[in-house]
Amino acid sequence: MTQKSGHRILTNSGIEDESKSKSESSSSSSSTGMRLIVPLQGIVQGRGGLILGSVIPCAMFYFLQFYLKRRRSPPSREQHSSDPPSPTTELSRSASRSNLLLSRASIGKPHVSARVCSIAKANDSPYYIGLDKASEDPYDRLSNCNGVIQLGLAENRLTIDLIENWITEKLNESILGEGDSRGGLSVSGIATYQPFDGMTELKVAMAGFMSQVVGRTVSFDPSQIVLTSGATSAIEILCFALADHGNAFLIPAPYYPGFDRDMKWRTGVELIPVHCRSSDNFTLTIPALDQAFNQARKRGQKVRGILLSNPSNPVGNLMTRDTLFDLLDFAREKNIHIISDELFAASTFGDEEFVSMAEIVDSEDINKDRVHIVYGLSKDLALPGFRVGVIYSYNESVLTVSRKMTRFSSISAPTQRLVTSMLSDTTFIKNYTERNRERLRCMCDLFVDGLKELGISCTKSSGGLYCWVDMSGLIRPYNEKGELDLWDKLLNVAKINVTPGSSCHCIEPGWFRCCFTTLDEMDIRVVMERIRTVIESCESAS
Amino acid sequence: MKQNPPNKTSTTVMRVIVPLQGLVQGGGGGLVLGSIIPCALFYFFQLYLKSKSSSDSDDPPPPSPSPEISPIPLPPSGGLQRVQSVRSSIWSPRGHAQVSSRGNSVIKQLDSPYDVGLMKADENPYHQFTNLSGVIQLGLDENKLTLDLVQHWLVAHTKCSIIGHELQINGITTYHPFHGLSELKVAVAGFMSQLIERRVKFDPSKIVLTNGVAPALEMLAFCLADPGNAYLVPSPYFPDLDRDIKWRTGVEIIPVPCRSSDNFSIHITSLDRAYNQAKKRGIKVKGVIISNPSNPVGNLLCRETLYNLLDFATEKNIHVIANEILAGPPCDKSQEFISMAEIIESEEYDRNRVHIVYELSKDLYLPGVKTGVVYSFNQNVLEASKKLVRFSSVSSLSQRLLVSMLNDSSFVDELIKFNIERVERMYNLFVTGLKNLGIECVKSSRGLYCWADMSGFIRPYSEKGELELWEKLLNVAKVNVTPGSCCHCIEPGWFRFCYTNLNENEIPLVMERIGKVL
Repeated sequence: MTQKSGHRILTNSGIEDESKSKSESSSSSSSTGMRLIVPLQGIVQGRGGLILGSVIPCAMFYFLQFYLKRRRSPPSREQHSSDPPSPTTELSRSASRSNLLLSRASIGKPHVSARVCSIAKANDSPYYIGLDKASEDPYDRLSNCNGVIQLGLAENRLTIDLIENWITEKLNESILGEGDSRGGLSVSGIATYQPFDGMTELKVAMAGFMSQVVGRTVSFDPSQIVLTSGATSAIEILCFALADHGNAFLIPAPYYPGFDRDMKWRTGVELIPVHCRSSDNFTLTIPALDQAFNQARKRGQKVRGILLSNPSNPVGNLMTRDTLFDLLDFAREKNIHIISDELFAASTFGDEEFVSMAEIVDSEDINKDRVHIVYGLSKDLALPGFRVGVIYSYNESVLTVSRKMTRFSSISAPTQRLVTSMLSDTTFIKNYTERNRERLRCMCDLFVDGLKELGISCTKSSGGLYCWVDMSGLIRPYNEKGELDLWDKLLNVAKINVTPGSSCHCIEPGWFRCCFTTLDEMDIRVVMERIRTVIESCESAS
Repeated sequence: MKQNPPNKTSTTVMRVIVPLQGLVQGGGGGLVLGSIIPCALFYFFQLYLKSKSSSDSDDPPPPSPSPEISPIPLPPSGGLQRVQSVRSSIWSPRGHAQVSSRGNSVIKQLDSPYDVGLMKADENPYHQFTNLSGVIQLGLDENKLTLDLVQHWLVAHTKCSIIGHELQINGITTYHPFHGLSELKVAVAGFMSQLIERRVKFDPSKIVLTNGVAPALEMLAFCLADPGNAYLVPSPYFPDLDRDIKWRTGVEIIPVPCRSSDNFSIHITSLDRAYNQAKKRGIKVKGVIISNPSNPVGNLLCRETLYNLLDFATEKNIHVIANEILAGPPCDKSQEFISMAEIIESEEYDRNRVHIVYELSKDLYLPGVKTGVVYSFNQNVLEASKKLVRFSSVSSLSQRLLVSMLNDSSFVDELIKFNIERVERMYNLFVTGLKNLGIECVKSSRGLYCWADMSGFIRPYSEKGELELWEKLLNVAKVNVTPGSCCHCIEPGWFRFCYTNLNENEIPLVMERIGKVL
């Protein structure tokens, strides 16, 4: 645009220029003649010269900008606007159709929106490529022992038997209501009008479950709960409510690869990774946050909040009480929000204590309204298929927006009823969470020991369904390319799908996330064998 | 135009004193530089302003943190340090954490009469035994006429449909594809074509399942248009569409008014006019959203109109979203419903521009289970939708229930048969009831509504009069209906009555209550 306008001004003033230089050198009589011919020159040369000489081009330039802006918005297919509107009667319809056949070639295909083009494209992230590959050709000990073993999907299959037993036992009762024996009458008890943001019974049950998960240190208020179809949409809704298009969230990296989709796709919000390093055991430090915040500010980007995952996905470490307090202070100082993703709160198995953001907020009196917690049953209760997510917020406005937004992602009633009675069965829940922790710990130990035998180390994981594995010794060259080469080898040669650190935006190459909860003990041996072959081929290559 | 004649001595002096003027008045570069320099200055000034405003629109700029906070070495125990930082934050009080401006606009949006009515009826629902003075719900477009069939089926089959015959759950709780189980897609495709008497075969691979029609419409709006683009929508249209299309996508709706004089049917000429007006205003129109059968009017688009619509869309190179959620039960069998899918199958149109939305719950009412269907011929849209549906996928439990329900063909046959019978009977009863009160309805052939003309009862003849009548109906007669203004109808005095929430024996009561107000 600037080029064009510059050009325009040059040509405009070119003639006047010429005439002006002439008038300078020539006698006064000729300049009078010129003055008659080019009236504008008079103004320019005269007393008002400098002022008008600046104002006029400025104004012209300004209007040119306006003009260009207006021109740009109407569609470029203007040549068709002159076509007569298609008449409505039968006879002329065929005429208009023949008309169309002629012009169709020039019209081309209907376009989808620009923002969706990138979404429609095939997956390019190794995370999704791996997931697809593993789901196309899944490993099965008996029927498909050459299939791909899935270590990329954070899904808990260790306790599926407990859940299935419960459902088998209590299914009819929970969906159809207590009075199953009384026949069909009970179903009419299903409230006919379903609020989008979840049934009150489920909210109460969920609040109870959440406070049990954090060890009864906090009591959650059902009225602050909004239920959504999965944590995925919970996070997206919060993004819509807290940030506008072009705003940004700070997020400690490495982070869960799905956030790039959940947070960015439809909301237009940016994620600014705050890099954590292996030297600090991937813990978040406030100076790093502060630096990222200031850098974003300098770039003119408005930071609206921090997205934490605690227990961290993919590393599996927990945030200490002090870190959480510091974070809250930081958020307060910068006047930004905190979204705390506590999806794995009950899937902790280390010696460390899990501290929920809710506990921190409860101990303070001020500024609760900047804290929002995301929870769900996909991981902690191993019900990913049911799509139950939770927004727990202290901010009334955010709750109002979220409730309205749930029209796009509500949970179906039978699911809510089933989950309500499952969560209300406190003895089952207590038993379940205990055994879940036990099994997770056991699996994690087995997996870590197996890797250790192969000479591969992990960070100490205290929560989540995965290990964060350091394979930097196996990659060559020591960069992202080397990491992806190894990932490719693991996927295609060894037939193991893991998530490379680069998908999680880890700044150091050579880290991988391995989910061990889709395996059983027998499978672990197979996994280790397969990894060994890759290690050997790496060593022989070097 | 009067000016100084060039005086030799004075110009020299001036030139020395004001060097810039020399450039302007003097040598050949004068005018050029005189234009470029201010332009450049102005341009940079604009740039500066722009960058300032984007960084400064933050809530109050951060006050320089008081120097005591950060440098103090933190004591090992958390307690002491807490006190300090809390105090420091009290000293520098800051506003409350703000929600985003798009969030704010959602909050500020006043509840329309449509929402107020739904809320009121929900708080104090009529019940024939327990709450006689409650509000009768005629505003919610749900079809409860076949609820008893569904209930019986649920009682008999819930367990085996989910658990299966070998008493084991086949991975019901685990991750499944977000866009729906393929069994369910096949079943839904079959059900959809059964509804229109198998004139069209729907292809399961073109289906994406969502949890309701709202996310389905939103997803399409998102896929086909960018923020600031617009859709043409013949009005009156159903009140929820505004939120579904506009809230999160930033897309606009341009209503194309239809009038009672031609039975609220769509005219291509008015579409064309609206299109051209939008274009003149610089708005890019990306598509037409039609609802067929029309909601709230209940009339059908004839084959000819559908052809013309496609011609129009092809000519303007825009998309067509056909909302066919009410395709199911006819209340008047004389007119045939024609799906957009049928037109597109039969003719040589570019299929890429046609997208159909359907919802299972209007025909198969399972309380609280909403299953929307996006049926698109456009591969790009399908690919994108399959990924976007991660935000609104259907729970596996409900999917299992629906699969076995839809595969039970004797049940489905019975359901469809009863649905048709009951909707027709209710429609006739309701319309006759209204006629006895002197209220005429548009002759509707599908849908769960009557579109009633009460313009004779409103005074003044304006939106205000309409809303007064609505309020009287809601608060005095305790009947919740949807006023035409919520549906963007340009003629006042029209109301939508949804009769499928009622029992047959409740109709006299409804009529009595309405009659009282009139």
